[in-house]
Amino acid sequence: MADDKDVLRDVWFGRIPTCFTLNQDEVTEREAEPYYLLLPRVSYLPLVTDKVKKHFLKVMKAEDVEEMWLEYEGTPLKWHYPIGVLFDLHASNTVLPWSITVHFKNFPDRDLLHCTSNSVIEAHFMSSIKEADALKHKSQVVNDMQKKDHKQLWMGLQNDKFDQFWAINRKLMEYPTEEGGFRYIPFRIYQTMSDRPFIQKLFRPVSPEGNVHTLGDLLKEMYPAALPNDGEQKRYQVVIHGIEPLLETPLQWLSEHLSHPDNFLHICVIPTPTD
Amino acid sequence: MPVSLLWAVDVYGRVYSLSTAGQQWEQCRDAQMEFKRVTAAQQCCWGIACDNNIYLNVHASDLPVRYQEETYENQRWNPVDGFSDRLLPSDRWQLSDVTGLQHQPLDNFRLPSSSWEWEGDWYVDENFEGEPTEKEGWSYAIDFPATYTKDKKWNSCVRRRRWLRYRRYKAMDTWAKIPSQQTTLPDPFSDISCGGWEINEEPRGRLSLWAVSLQGKVWFREGIYHHNPEGSLWEEVPLPGEVVQISCGPGDLVWAVLWEGQLIVREGIGRDCPKGTSWAMVDSPSPDVGATHVAVGVNVVWALTKDNKVWFRRGVNSHNPCGSGWISMVGEMIMINVGLNDQVLAIGSEDRAVYFRQGVTSSELSGKTWKVISVPRDGDRSHSSASAHSLQSAGCYFCGEVRAHCIITSSSPESFVDAPTEHSDQPIETPKSRIPKVTSDSFISELVSDRGPGKTSREVRSAGPAVLEEETIPLEGEVKAPDVGVSLSPSQSVGPLDPQWSNVDLEEAQGQQAQTGAVVDTADTSSLSSVATFTLAMEDPYGVDEHPMWAWVSGGGCSVDSHTQLNWFNSMVQSVQSMSLSVTPAQTAAWRKQIFEQLSERTKREMDNFRHYEQAIEQSVWVKKGTMQWWRDWKPHKWIDVHFALEQFSGPEGNKDGILFIYYNFYEEKKYLHAFVNEVTILVPVLNDSKHSFAIYTPERTKQRWPIRLSAATELEMHDWLALLSVSCCDSRGIQGPPSKQAIWSITCKGDIFVSEPSLSLEAMPYPTPCDQMFWRQVGGHLRVVECNSIGIVWGIGYDHTAWVYTGGYGGGFFQGLASSTDNIYTQVDVKNVYIYENQRWNPVTGYTNRGLPTDRYMWSDASGLHECTKTNMKPPSPHWTWVSDWTIDYSVSGGTDKEGWQYAADFPASYHGHKTMKDFVRRRRWARKCKLTTTGPWQEVPPIPLSDVTILPCAAQSSVDVVPLWAISNKGDVLCRLGVTALTPAGSSWLHVGTDQPFKSISIGAASQVWAIARDGSAFYRGSVSSQSPAGDCWYHIPSPSKQKLKQVSVGRTSVYTVDENGNLWYRQGVTPSYPQGSSWEHISNNVRKVSAGPLDQVWIIADKVQGSHSLSCGTVCHRLGVQPLEPKGQSWDYGIGGGWDHITVRGNSMEPPRVHLPSLTERTPLPVRNTEINSSAVGC
Repeated sequence: MADDKDVLRDVWFGRIPTCFTLNQDEVTEREAEPYYLLLPRVSYLPLVTDKVKKHFLKVMKAEDVEEMWLEYEGTPLKWHYPIGVLFDLHASNTVLPWSITVHFKNFPDRDLLHCTSNSVIEAHFMSSIKEADALKHKSQVVNDMQKKDHKQLWMGLQNDKFDQFWAINRKLMEYPTEEGGFRYIPFRIYQTMSDRPFIQKLFRPVSPEGNVHTLGDLLKEMYPAALPNDGEQKRYQVVIHGIEPLLETPLQWLSEHLSHPDNFLHICVIPTPTD
Repeated sequence: MPVSLLWAVDVYGRVYSLSTAGQQWEQCRDAQMEFKRVTAAQQCCWGIACDNNIYLNVHASDLPVRYQEETYENQRWNPVDGFSDRLLPSDRWQLSDVTGLQHQPLDNFRLPSSSWEWEGDWYVDENFEGEPTEKEGWSYAIDFPATYTKDKKWNSCVRRRRWLRYRRYKAMDTWAKIPSQQTTLPDPFSDISCGGWEINEEPRGRLSLWAVSLQGKVWFREGIYHHNPEGSLWEEVPLPGEVVQISCGPGDLVWAVLWEGQLIVREGIGRDCPKGTSWAMVDSPSPDVGATHVAVGVNVVWALTKDNKVWFRRGVNSHNPCGSGWISMVGEMIMINVGLNDQVLAIGSEDRAVYFRQGVTSSELSGKTWKVISVPRDGDRSHSSASAHSLQSAGCYFCGEVRAHCIITSSSPESFVDAPTEHSDQPIETPKSRIPKVTSDSFISELVSDRGPGKTSREVRSAGPAVLEEETIPLEGEVKAPDVGVSLSPSQSVGPLDPQWSNVDLEEAQGQQAQTGAVVDTADTSSLSSVATFTLAMEDPYGVDEHPMWAWVSGGGCSVDSHTQLNWFNSMVQSVQSMSLSVTPAQTAAWRKQIFEQLSERTKREMDNFRHYEQAIEQSVWVKKGTMQWWRDWKPHKWIDVHFALEQFSGPEGNKDGILFIYYNFYEEKKYLHAFVNEVTILVPVLNDSKHSFAIYTPERTKQRWPIRLSAATELEMHDWLALLSVSCCDSRGIQGPPSKQAIWSITCKGDIFVSEPSLSLEAMPYPTPCDQMFWRQVGGHLRVVECNSIGIVWGIGYDHTAWVYTGGYGGGFFQGLASSTDNIYTQVDVKNVYIYENQRWNPVTGYTNRGLPTDRYMWSDASGLHECTKTNMKPPSPHWTWVSDWTIDYSVSGGTDKEGWQYAADFPASYHGHKTMKDFVRRRRWARKCKLTTTGPWQEVPPIPLSDVTILPCAAQSSVDVVPLWAISNKGDVLCRLGVTALTPAGSSWLHVGTDQPFKSISIGAASQVWAIARDGSAFYRGSVSSQSPAGDCWYHIPSPSKQKLKQVSVGRTSVYTVDENGNLWYRQGVTPSYPQGSSWEHISNNVRKVSAGPLDQVWIIADKVQGSHSLSCGTVCHRLGVQPLEPKGQSWDYGIGGGWDHITVRGNSMEPPRVHLPSLTERTPLPVRNTEINSSAVGC
């Protein structure tokens, strides 16, 4: 029988085939070929698009190049969301590969944060981990770690080293058995049709009566509209890592196994495709 | 941790038990009367019933309690009759005991009580000191008493033979009255306490039982041990006052409370004197209020005073049983008890609930808080919601039925009162199914656990819902009636129901009944009925028990320690845990399956068609560095500081690989040593108290017998490195997940478990894979023996003889996270002894003293005498082990000891004997101290019988056998056969006991169900007619051992039979054929052999001693017999693998037939690969 650890591997090694094309409006010396790449779902765009940048810079003049940004069907892609979240949120149920447009000018300051170097991503990633641990263990685990452990988490993500990352990350996933789970589940619920970036509140893995909270319990409290009413057609899909877990899946298990490396459970609620 | 029971009596006298794994009190249904008190040990529970008699409930076990009666038949030769029973007037009796002094005719032997039965008739023992005798079992001598031989000589004037008969204790899992043969027996008993099992392990199952009579006298029960669970007689213990209550701990503590409120402490309890010698007085904790109750453990004493205050005695231990002072504790209790591991249980004075003292550890014996045990009883319909009203109505509903029974009981009350007491000595019996005796030296008795009479009735009871409502049944009479009705067969049901209750109780109950005129009024009558059992119940404000009210609790059989996870306190917590993530049931959940399916769909959808796309992140080299110490290769050897680095990278085919570097300074010059990760064959942790080190072997290093030894600064760092290196090694070889069914398992002398995946060519001819190239990885856990077969059934035996079954997981121990499976890993505990020796030399002036000669060994040393080992400087084997006992003298040393444990010899070192002679100038004695290891691994305990050896039929890989024969030897030498073992249920269901006339020590079953065993006396036995129809076979055939050798281990492969003797010789059984499976003679194969494992391909592997490598000599080396072929089963030479320090190996899982290579011509055959190999004979040249 498959082991729970296989889930961790599957999550880590999830890849999205992507086709990068240069925006029509960019001034080029010659026509730019599209660039194909397998993007790790758990990583961040700036961490994995060096090759893309190099590829397109070859056909451009240096003076025409500003900070690179990416867009999918008119939506600028926020680099500080994990790649898998961006894909599930904007491009689920579309034809693969995922077609991303590359821009080198007109940076949409209103929509996107600037990302000048990898250290900005590292800072963002580490602050997410610390926030998640504050929810899970009152920051006790992350504070007990050494600087090099923090570095190892980041290096693991940056270099796509599963073992290196999980050697440390498993400590963040531990909890006292008698408590039955973390203090609070670090989660974020994303939706396309709202101005709010995401929903994030305090939510415990176990009810005061001792019942295990499920994904359905969480949605019922945070986003009841996402749940189908009786006898009604399912209007929304609840997607994590490109899959739709059953609503009775225990939240604690999801948090341990389907969280992103930043230790948050990123949940996308998207409309069910009409066709 | 094995499941064990907490016993308790409620205020109505009903006996309940609560399992450490359970969540409800189970009523002891076969208790046919009310009990006042119970006191439990792990193997049994004693109680005082309301008839003031003492009852014993021995827990059923797959191992029967058997006792061998023997008597000797003596004959003398005379010229007229030849040998006859006409003896000289000065001779012994015709039938006597072994000394000849006691007249013992066969019909003089009687069963000690009605709880015993004979297993068969008398028969003649045809075994004499390990050798089979002539048909009639005679042994001969010149005269009585003299040395007997099995052969008749010209001067043999007398002869004798031994008659044997076994009796068996049959009253298992039921309350059996202790017969009171003594007429002087005291006034009725009022208190009872058992303990003392830690004072002395011999004889097995020895218990001290102390009882208090109503007049305040104290009695000690003599002669309780495994073969005599009831004990033999009561002996009065003189007292300084009148005792009301007594408590006996597992060790040598015994305290009692006097009427006047002081306490007395028994002194002088020891191995030779479990009863102690004198009493010491201790004042009540509080000057104004007398003590009412005391409870003792191994190192603790708790007491209660009249005002229900709780007190803890400071400074109590074996040397100072009186302790030093009282400490007042919180809580108000009316009864207190100390269980195993000094855990404390009490009953609250207000709520009558059972409390467990949380946080009791060996360093904090007083614990932290009282926690109420809040679990329902099996009869409760609902724990919390049952209102008084609903209970009342339930009582009404069932009252018709109740009354019907009541009529039976009360119609002739006189008959109970007058009933002769003999009736009570006949417990209810249901016929046991037994396989009849087949031959004189063998019998089989099936003891499948659910056949016991007690269990049967219990099951029936719980099946009937009406009976479950007995909560509200008011009178004892009624309670009993349904019990009897169910457990008796119809024909017996008119017989004496239950005459054991006293007149007082009965009258009072009847009076009450007359007054109320109805049985429905539950509250009053029920509390009245318990008058005799618990006086306080009278003023009891609660009638119907909304929550159970307890009167007595005993934790003496309840194995709990501070780490145990108990589900006793809050049923809510349990519901969380059962849903908890790593718990197995969750894995079958639909949601989980859904996630697995969707993830694999996702992979198909998003990745399968796009594999040709470039990866966004290039795989790069990953380096991990650190500092360590290295045991340098050159002399003088010592630890030097080095830098250590592991470089990992992806190989050309995407496989991961790595190199490890050790950077060191050699005379100011920077140098390094490196090893490829894919060449590492094993990583061995070597923990001791000063270094956290590990050894790395490669084939080259194995040949040298000189591994790379590294030591990390902390244990944690060592484990991090080991886990990382081990993942790296497995990755480079593409090994992951649990070991395969064909895996070869081995164990080091530290109890570490290693497993190797055999390649197809491992047993190939003529060029097998050299065995120093085998890759070994560690599996969590701690074992002494491991045995497996080729369908993946693996059993292990710990140092404490606990049996374990492999769960299919991997990892555990220090392998956490990724190197370990998430489930199938459990806590494993092992206990072993550490020994040191006290050495003394005799001198004419002072006799034996600890002043030796200057040339002598240390006066406190290890076995060799080379290292000084004192009681204070001796540490547990590694930081993972903790002491769990004090130093005690070890009397179980080979050669025997005197009363103080001394062994004598002419000089050090020599062979020692257990008594002093004129020639002895030195003596020594062995001290033992127990230490305990708690670790994790893919092992689950197979309770309850401790084992010393186990063997599993080495099935062929695709075998369709459903039930797999598994045989074992218990640590007391019984031969056992496990029932219900299959690939799906490797733990099996129960033991079948196979009779033998002597204890055994080793056993092995071959691929064709040939069972061979070695007896403790060193001779071999073959079990006849073992087949799938008759899994236990029919009788033992005695096989003489090689001359002048005592065998110690046997292993049977497909056809070949190998044994190892105590001098390290390996023997092959010649002439074994299907029609003559016993074979004809032993052929010597090799010396310096410690263990042998013959596999299903007839492959032979051993653990050899004294293997010479190029750098060092090793003991305990894995060796493989080369050149084994169907026509040459003995093979030709040895190939040397990993070692030293190995203790055990089993190759019985490897049934992969190697590819056959046909050489063009035999003459061209090159000599066998000459790597460390040696042609024929000894394992090593020495």
